[in-house]
Amino acid sequence: MAPHAVVVAGAGQAGLETAAALRARGYTGRVTLVGDEPPGPCHRPPLSKGYLTGAVPAEDVPLRPASFYAEQDVELLTGTTVVSVDRERHTVLLESGLRLPYGALVLATGCRPRPLPVPGASLHGVRTLRGLADAEVLRRALQGPPLRLVVVGAGFVGLEVAATARGLGHEVTVVETQPRALTRALTPAVSERIVAEHRAQGVRVLTGRQVAVLHGDDRERVRAVELADGERIGADLVVVGIGVLPNTEPARAAGLAVDDGVLVDAGLRTADPDVWAVGDCASFPEPRTGRRMRLESVQNATDQARCVAAAICGEPHPYTAVPRFWTEQYALRVQMAGLTSGHDETVTVGDVAGGRFSVLCFREGRLIGVESVNRPADHGITARLLAAGTALSPAAAREPGFDLKKLPRAPHSPTASPAPTVPTAPTSPTAPTSPTASPSGSRSEERLSVHA
Amino acid sequence: MAKITYKHPNGTVTVVDVEAPNTVMRGAKLNNVDGIEAQCGGSAQCGTCHVYVDSANTLPLPAMDEVEDDVLYGTACERTEFSRLSCQLPVTEELDGLLVHLPEAQS
Repeated sequence: MAPHAVVVAGAGQAGLETAAALRARGYTGRVTLVGDEPPGPCHRPPLSKGYLTGAVPAEDVPLRPASFYAEQDVELLTGTTVVSVDRERHTVLLESGLRLPYGALVLATGCRPRPLPVPGASLHGVRTLRGLADAEVLRRALQGPPLRLVVVGAGFVGLEVAATARGLGHEVTVVETQPRALTRALTPAVSERIVAEHRAQGVRVLTGRQVAVLHGDDRERVRAVELADGERIGADLVVVGIGVLPNTEPARAAGLAVDDGVLVDAGLRTADPDVWAVGDCASFPEPRTGRRMRLESVQNATDQARCVAAAICGEPHPYTAVPRFWTEQYALRVQMAGLTSGHDETVTVGDVAGGRFSVLCFREGRLIGVESVNRPADHGITARLLAAGTALSPAAAREPGFDLKKLPRAPHSPTASPAPTVPTAPTSPTAPTSPTASPSGSRSEERLSVHA
Repeated sequence: MAKITYKHPNGTVTVVDVEAPNTVMRGAKLNNVDGIEAQCGGSAQCGTCHVYVDSANTLPLPAMDEVEDDVLYGTACERTEFSRLSCQLPVTEELDGLLVHLPEAQS
């Protein structure tokens, strides 16, 4: 029997998608979404890109219009968080003092930026980026006169901010401790292509270098970044993007197991049968690698939310979605399907010099993931291949003329759909007729280049 | 402003008024029309805003560019000659009356 009420702790993408998926499945109990960010659930990807330039206006940032919550009977409580959970009585206590009963509790508490552990990190002008309020501060700064920006950390958020700021004319330096950018996320060929583009655009990218201290002026405003080797880089603004820490406090307070995330089983359930975790904060056994991990992506948040909504509605199943990520920097569209770490063989297809290629990653002869640069077809095709478990050997990928577009279409998984039929319109359009195609509009072009 | 009709696989139809400069995708999101995900928010990355433009359509849609064509290889449901990414269809007055069919699944 479905629970009488679901409380979702955390109103980011995973939380919102959980509420939406419950209603889409016909769940009729009370649904309450609790989150500390005042505007409610937002698209985070544009916050490091189009929102900073103004290409994505503020009204495009909410994940759903305000009308959604009334129409779908989802109670949205913003500006507060779940501070404790009484699992015996099945209630949560909010920071606001409100106590809510639940039949099912979904922890979608997300992450917070990892703080920079050096002296000077609390100076004015040293920022991190997670929510809309952070992005608003950066947007104002970056839309002003040219600044000297130092980005600490060459991960996705840092590099996206660097690319955006460079596009707005700022002087940008990126400092990364690891010997290369995006070490954990990408193969060297792809991360090198991204860094090469940053350098070609005039960004100074320093790898294998550590920030030692941030220096401020007498008004406590950051003025320079000093590296461990003594180099001092002038800075008006510092953006720290050195990863995130999962928000596990409510889980911990509830006595649930936590270890770099809320520990859940293959169906995303904690040791308490009435408590689940989804999205960035959930540490789950990833089925293809057999490793426990957290994934920070829109796709993961969305698909995990659906998996848990199904379980709450009485249809539990293991979470098996193929991980997908993407980033846009300058004119580079970089996409990842599957997980490529742990590969023992790669095959590169396409034109590396021309910046349109994919790196197919294999482990023990099996395709485990694909990274694509400006080859979106490869990304979509391999995501489906991985989902369907279709075999592709490194030898086959090395054949002359090999092209993923020429492979037979893998079925949609997990719920394979028959090819849809497209009926002729029962109600024909009424507007005046005109030729079938016109050149693509400038808005669509603009979105392609800057709105990610 | 244009009236856009979204037809669901079960035959139900939702008709909404969409203001320029929104896209057909945003028109669905702003009006809580199910069946369009747009996980990437409209940047032609994810292929989860797939629609089938009605086969009898005569309204002037923008030509498909190479990126959209490529992304359509990855849609959850079969691609047909009527497939488009709704995030790449800006709504104009000229699209008043557009009918799009929603696929069975987006991801």
